[in-house]
Amino acid sequence: MKHLLSIADLTPTDLTDLLDLTESFVEVNERPIPKVPALRGKTVVSLFFEDSTRTRLSFETAAKRLSADTMTFSVSTSSVKKGESVRDTVETIEAMGIHALVVRHASAGVPAQVSRWVRGASVINGGDGWHEHPTQALLDAFTLRQHLHTIEGRHVAIVGDIKHSRVARSDALAFTALGARVTLVAPPTLLPPSLDGWPVEVSYDLDDVLPKIDACYLLRMQRERMTEALVPSLREYASLYGLTPERADRLGPEALIMHPGPMNRGVEIAGEVTDRPNVVVIDQVRNGVAVRMAVLYSLLGGPDAAPEETDQP
Amino acid sequence: MSDDDIRRAVWRMAHEIVEANHGLHDVVLIGLQTGGVPIAAALAEALEKIEPETGADVPIGCLDVAFHRDDFGLRPVLPPALTEIPVDLTGRVVVLVDDVLFTGRTIRAALDALGDYGRARAVQLAVMVDRGHRELPIRPDYVGKNLPTRRDEMVNVSSEGVDLGELVK
Repeated sequence: MKHLLSIADLTPTDLTDLLDLTESFVEVNERPIPKVPALRGKTVVSLFFEDSTRTRLSFETAAKRLSADTMTFSVSTSSVKKGESVRDTVETIEAMGIHALVVRHASAGVPAQVSRWVRGASVINGGDGWHEHPTQALLDAFTLRQHLHTIEGRHVAIVGDIKHSRVARSDALAFTALGARVTLVAPPTLLPPSLDGWPVEVSYDLDDVLPKIDACYLLRMQRERMTEALVPSLREYASLYGLTPERADRLGPEALIMHPGPMNRGVEIAGEVTDRPNVVVIDQVRNGVAVRMAVLYSLLGGPDAAPEETDQP
Repeated sequence: MSDDDIRRAVWRMAHEIVEANHGLHDVVLIGLQTGGVPIAAALAEALEKIEPETGADVPIGCLDVAFHRDDFGLRPVLPPALTEIPVDLTGRVVVLVDDVLFTGRTIRAALDALGDYGRARAVQLAVMVDRGHRELPIRPDYVGKNLPTRRDEMVNVSSEGVDLGELVK
C-alpha cells in the first residue's frame, strides 16, 4: 500500500490488518512513555486546505508518537494566498524531502490528484469534499469493534446529512466491507441523489430504526456546506432526526452512540444525551491517534525491496 | 538438543536466576515475542517449584520490539504481537527471555523498549541458544546451550527441541 485515498481501495483483509495493527498502537499509547522510534527520520506534512481540529492534531500526535517529524501547512499563512496552485505547492513541499502528505481539501479528488503529482511520498486522504474520509472510517470501525467485539452481523444506523458527508460514505463502505448491515436515516433532501451501488438500506423514520440497531452514528449538520434550504429549519430537523433523550431511550441497552465531531448540541444530539455511558465519542478521538499511527506505520514502514534477513525473527 | 535437554536447561537457568539474585525479590520475567514467550513461561513454572514461597509471585510479561528495531524499512512490515508488561519496571530486576541470541539487535531493541516502562534496577538476559555472530556488545547472563553456527544457518527452538537447518531464502 503506497497511498491511502479511499476505503473503496481496501479489501476486507486490508481493513482487518489495519485494525489489528491499531491494537498494538493502543497499547503503545497506554505506556508511561507513549512513543516508539519506528518512523525516526521520516517527515509527515499536513496539507490542510480546509479547517480541522481533530484530524490535523490527531495525525500530528500520531506522527510524533512514531518519532516522525511533522510540518503543518495552513492555507491562510501560505503562498496559496498569493495564488500558488495546489500542484506547485505540493511540488515545493515535496522537494524539501518529505515522506508523507496528509491532504484535506474542500473538493473531492484532490488527494488522488496529489498522489499522481508526488514522486515518492505517500499521500493520505484527510478528507476530500463530499467524497471520503478514510481514517475517520477506520477509527469508527475500530471503536465499533472495541465495544461490540465484532463488526460482522452488527447493524449500524448512520443518521443525518448523508448527502454532504464524506464520513458517511467512508463509514458505510468500511462497515459493510467488514460484514455489518448499514441503514442510512435522513430526510430525502439530505440523501445523495443516487444510492446506486451503495450496499445500504435507507429509512426516513429514526424512531422505527432505533430499537433495531447496535450503534447509532450521528452526523454533524454541515451548515457550511448547505447552499440551499434542504431542511426547513434546524429546529424542525432536531425534532424529527435529533437524538433526544426520549429517542435515546429507544436504543437497546448495549447500543452505542457515535459522532465524528464537532457536535452541534441541541441539533443532531441533545445536550443531556452526550453524557450517557453509551456515548463513545471520546473513545473515537482516542482511537483516532492509534489508527493514524497504524496508517502511517503501514505506509512508511514497508520496504521498497526486502533485502536478506539479518536476524532471528 | 532434545525436549529433555531443553527441560533440563530451563531447570538449570531457573536455579541460576535464583542464585544470582539471592532469591526472587523484585524479579520480573519478560519473554520476547514470539520465541521467548514459551521459554519465559517454562522458567516461571520452574521458579515456582524452586522457590515455593516467592516463585509464584514473579510477574511475567511479554514484549514485541517491532517498533524499536533498527532494520525498520529493510524488512516487510510484520503485524506486531502482543506487548503486555504487568508492572511498573522501576526498581525491578528484569530478566529478558529469548529463544535464540544471534546478532544482538533484537535485544538492543528490547532494551530500548523496556526504557518506556520505567527504569529497571538491572536487566539480565536469558536465552535458550547462543549461536554467536554478535554485532553489538551484548552478552547473555543465562544460556541454555552455546551452539556454534554458520551465519547462514537457521536455528529453530520449539518444545520438541532445537533444530539446526539451512536458512530458507
